[in-house]
Amino acid sequence: MSKLQKDLTIPIIARVEGEGALHLKIHEGKISQLELSIYEPPRLFEKFLEGRAPNEVIDAVARICGICPVAYQMSAVQAMEHIFEMPVTPWVHEMRRLFYCGEWMESHALHIHMLAAPDFLRYPSVIAMAKDHPEIVKRGMHLHGLGLMLMTLLGKRSVHPVGACVGGFYAAPKISAVQEVLAQFKKSLPLAQELVLWSASLPMAKVTQEFTSVCLRHPHEYPMNEGRIVSDRGLDIDISEFDNYLKESQVPYSTALQCHLQGKSYLVGPLARLNLNHHLLPPAVHDILKEAKISFPTQNMFHSVIARSVEIYYAMLEAIRIMENYVYTPTPHSPMTPRAGVGFGCTEAPRGLLWHRYEFNDEGLVASSRIVPPTSQNQARIEEDLWHSLMAFGLDHSDDDLRFHSEMVIRNYDPCISCSTHFLQLKIDRT
Amino acid sequence: MEETKPRIAIHKFTSCDGCQLAFLHLGEDLLKLAEKVDIVHFVEMGPINPTAKVDVAYVEGSISTPEEAKRIREIRANSRYLVTIGACATAGGIQALRNFADTKSWMQAIYATPETISTLDTATAISNHVKVDYEIYGCPVNSQQVLASLLSLLQKVTPTARRDKVCLECKRLGYVCVMVAKGEPCMGPVTHTGCGALCPSLGRGCYACYGPAENINTDALTQWLSSLGLSDAEISRRFLFIQNSAPGFKEAGLKLKKKVP
Repeated sequence: MSKLQKDLTIPIIARVEGEGALHLKIHEGKISQLELSIYEPPRLFEKFLEGRAPNEVIDAVARICGICPVAYQMSAVQAMEHIFEMPVTPWVHEMRRLFYCGEWMESHALHIHMLAAPDFLRYPSVIAMAKDHPEIVKRGMHLHGLGLMLMTLLGKRSVHPVGACVGGFYAAPKISAVQEVLAQFKKSLPLAQELVLWSASLPMAKVTQEFTSVCLRHPHEYPMNEGRIVSDRGLDIDISEFDNYLKESQVPYSTALQCHLQGKSYLVGPLARLNLNHHLLPPAVHDILKEAKISFPTQNMFHSVIARSVEIYYAMLEAIRIMENYVYTPTPHSPMTPRAGVGFGCTEAPRGLLWHRYEFNDEGLVASSRIVPPTSQNQARIEEDLWHSLMAFGLDHSDDDLRFHSEMVIRNYDPCISCSTHFLQLKIDRT
Repeated sequence: MEETKPRIAIHKFTSCDGCQLAFLHLGEDLLKLAEKVDIVHFVEMGPINPTAKVDVAYVEGSISTPEEAKRIREIRANSRYLVTIGACATAGGIQALRNFADTKSWMQAIYATPETISTLDTATAISNHVKVDYEIYGCPVNSQQVLASLLSLLQKVTPTARRDKVCLECKRLGYVCVMVAKGEPCMGPVTHTGCGALCPSLGRGCYACYGPAENINTDALTQWLSSLGLSDAEISRRFLFIQNSAPGFKEAGLKLKKKVP
């Protein structure tokens, strides 16, 4: 056991939601220092997962993030099934995908309407925006609600759902319950098409920058629950090789660890996924992209908001496809036989690649764990983007304008700190 | 008439942000709520005014850093009513498991330079630090509970909570008992109701995310779980989980933990 603990000396943070600050030093009209710090208190998840049984892990890791609990559950379950050498049945594969569609819709709709749109349309909050644009906000809340409905169908509740277990789900939804949700989805599909067109019409700067996109890729599915880790610069690795290429390190000004790909920053999340997997989208999505006059891949970071809308539309189409083919099963999960070993799980959280590694002991309990969330992977990229975007914006702007622009750049990544980047404490030293 | 609207604030401490979603997941009702009350501080939604005087402050999360211990006292001083939402704020949450461990060694195992991170050795409930007017249990709380408390407080009425057990909820809903019928270990006999008995509805045992109910008999449940073949360690883990530091669960869990060789 003590040998395993030594493996943990490579540092990681369990989650990075919460509070952030930016420290900028401008010297003679140039940025001399730029530090994005996340000071979310450490919760030490990896340590208290030790000694826990497999299905306890699923309920525990949900608590890392209230906004994307399904992602944490799905990466963990994949890693454990890898260790216990359990095949995923076709029924379970489809239901996990359906579950994930719900979370993408919930998380993306929340981000687009509550966090991003007020930036693009210059309102302090969604409440203020709703006064002038009630139909846009209501449409967003409706799509958000459909995501919650899907999560609830399989998980009984949308925050810390209780439906998933190692091997599948505790129970299969009744056909009548699926039919009800399906009818709602079919009726609301045009709203998602409108959302894509609307997001593509938002006023946004036409600036491109160099960055590397990283995400999962599957031979014939838009990636959610499985695939290899690929980049647009030739990376193509099994998820078990993550550590050989993607390195975490701690910076003194942040509780979130930064992650680099062979020494360089990289992007994870919806834009990275679309950049690398647009060819796997169904024709209906390509049609709407054509109508919106948007094409992927793109190196304009502000297109992230469009990418999120596109993924909402895709998630709806995918959910409809899965629900139309739904069959009830009395055996919604395969039996589990815990054993010792090491396993990896990597899935596409709404915000991007979420990687887990677990070691189990002979008693079938967690010996050690590591969790690398998407925001720590994007952190170095955000700093690089800020550097680039603030120079392009012009450092002569007032502190308020610089703060607003910085916030917009940061929020565009939908970091789990997005809530507090509204509260971005910008410290500028001008010398 | 704007200025006569009641003022509320939603504050976050060490947590997953899931309980604030009781507001953000309201959908169009959130817009209606914003017409009836002034939401003066709610970072995730936009308004920022951490030191505003408010009628009701909702607090999510536990106290795990020196900064948080200071901030909660300021919030208390500025709020007529202070309501805690969720397991973290009412009992320390899952991260209170550090209270039974050596936090320093845990920090060293995770961070290369733990000395640059300010943290306390414990994660504790808000009521360990300031007076709390009303506590809402549950990991996560749900929107109905939170809105009901707000409506009561704004009428200057103490909110009422059902403090009975998940077991009774199962009976009301007509669910077959998973422990009796299937031998599934279930925490329902000691767990606070309010979730709607979601886990038993799926045929799985309750894992006590809503915390301890009133007048619980943890010894009796321990005996029952033993008779199902669970070891002391396994039963202890069930008490020391999401609500590990809640009164009743903590004592029961630690008592069993001591017996584990």
